[in-house]
Amino acid sequence: MTPHTDLHDDTVTDAARGADNAMRVRIVGAGVAGLTCAHAFARRGARVTLVDRNAGSGRGCSWYAGGMLAPWCERESAEPIIVDLGLESQAYWREAVPDVPNEGSLVLAQPRDLPDLRRFARRTDHYEWLDGPAIAALEPDLDGRFDQGLFFASESHLEPRKALAALTRRLTDEFGVEMTFEAEGFAAEADDADVVVDCRGLAARDELTDLRGVKGEMLVLYSTEVSLKRPVRMLHPRIPVYIVPRGDGHFMIGATSIENDERGRVTGRSMLELLGAVYALHPAFGEAEIVEIGADVRPAFPDNLPRLRRRGKTIYVNGLYRHGFLAAPALARRAAELAFDGTHFPEVMDEDRREW
Amino acid sequence: MDAVNTTTNTTSSSAMTDPLEFYGTQVASRLLLGTAQYPSPAILTEAIRASGTEIVTVSLRRESGAAKSGEKLAGQSFWSLIRDLGVKVLPNTAGCKTVKEAVTTAEMARELFGTPWVKLEVIGEDDTLQPDVFGLVEAARILSRDGFQVFPYTTEDLVVAEKLVSAGCEVLMPWGAPIGSGRGLNNPYGLRSMRAHFPGIPLVVDAGVGVPSHAAAAMELGYDAVLLNTAVAKAGDPARMARAFARALEAGREAFLADPIDARDMAAPSTPVMGRAVLG
Repeated sequence: MTPHTDLHDDTVTDAARGADNAMRVRIVGAGVAGLTCAHAFARRGARVTLVDRNAGSGRGCSWYAGGMLAPWCERESAEPIIVDLGLESQAYWREAVPDVPNEGSLVLAQPRDLPDLRRFARRTDHYEWLDGPAIAALEPDLDGRFDQGLFFASESHLEPRKALAALTRRLTDEFGVEMTFEAEGFAAEADDADVVVDCRGLAARDELTDLRGVKGEMLVLYSTEVSLKRPVRMLHPRIPVYIVPRGDGHFMIGATSIENDERGRVTGRSMLELLGAVYALHPAFGEAEIVEIGADVRPAFPDNLPRLRRRGKTIYVNGLYRHGFLAAPALARRAAELAFDGTHFPEVMDEDRREW
Repeated sequence: MDAVNTTTNTTSSSAMTDPLEFYGTQVASRLLLGTAQYPSPAILTEAIRASGTEIVTVSLRRESGAAKSGEKLAGQSFWSLIRDLGVKVLPNTAGCKTVKEAVTTAEMARELFGTPWVKLEVIGEDDTLQPDVFGLVEAARILSRDGFQVFPYTTEDLVVAEKLVSAGCEVLMPWGAPIGSGRGLNNPYGLRSMRAHFPGIPLVVDAGVGVPSHAAAAMELGYDAVLLNTAVAKAGDPARMARAFARALEAGREAFLADPIDARDMAAPSTPVMGRAVLG
């Protein structure tokens, strides 16, 4: 892993921030990628402006994210680089925003899906096997419901909307980042920027032609009958589902993964699947209130790995797929080092053309 | 695109002397691969290349979204990625539970991929994903009459198979075991009877195959090809597993053509033991 000590270095001098010779950086897109990039550039002393076509920050697919900071669990289906980016990002979030519980993650399966649990164990590490009583000790409401499970003790989770709101406040109050909403990013005034950081997600498909959308659907339930301290993943051969406690009786349940780029539309089958899984986790969810349903489209490259690309003065940060919160801070730090120090990061860069 | 050319030499040479035809189209590889559940499209591409497969199945029901007429369907970017692989596409009606759904999905698939081929799935039961053979026969009849070339996902039931053939199917695809179960050939006797009953029809074991030895066993029974998805997609190294399946299929097919010996109850020594000289 590359050292990332500067992530925790918030010593931005006013002189550097306000200086006329400070790097002028324009960030397009105020999702998790754009906001973490704004932070990474601002703390290096850049004069950062941020623009988004939505009415506020975090309103793209970040809005529907699960917020699990689970680098070890993700290893089940992701490349090793996601673990590296994930560990760095987990450390970032725990320092950058409040309320990032470090309760670990629990992975469970119905008895007939135990082959999937064994497979999950084979493909990951940093977990321990739990028996029924050990599961109940962690999550008393699951007492007697599962005989085996995996516990990834070092993982964390956050509430994406609260985390991005907190980061947005920090950026404006502490770093003086100027934010413009309900505006397109590539107006003429972009020309006076030294660096443009394009964090538009799938909308950047006009420039990044190998991006595709992967649709995800989610819902939020409210129940006072069940409480959970940590995210729980329910394995299933066709319908893996996770449930993330959001506090105050709220639970986020996600997420489908469908190979298309259809925004917004939530289908009956998807809700049946998500609700079926959470009902199997605990029958009390059958009486829970449905507070919200939602769907959006994750931007992904063909290998489902995130990328930095530089073309002229534009740096693209994109392809975060289902790893937005897990990868964005680590990519943002690299984007800033690329711009300030010229450091090249082959693990996430497949294109660097300064003369475009 | 060099997707097809990575086939091992032995496969291509045996294909010349041992061709396989689906509705008049000759193929060299006896592996048909599903495209769902891979960690990424890039890994899917690697697996397809490593396997030398020439036919991939693609599902449409859930991916197509809710486009209004005249609008493009939502799954375009994944489908164009599949089209770019340079292999033949066998669209499937995975997830369809009624005749009407399956027929509509098949029509959409024909328009989208410009092929009369369709893998027809009509699912009758959620736990085992067992085909609804009554709906299957009806949908096969409708589609065949409409010019489709139907690859029906069915059970090993001979009567159902007869009805599929009279409905116009020139390929039959009986299951080995429930979809995704990885159990292999649950009913070798049934599959053997089917082979004996339909000597002239291409038979493909579809679903339930878990490891390459299952695929080899299907070939040793005289089956023409194997269609699988989960066994490769969910393997730790999909490309490597795809290659392993290609080799197993080749071994099984060679074994079938070489006329294997029959099993027997007693030992049959390969050298005589009576009258052997006693040394020392």
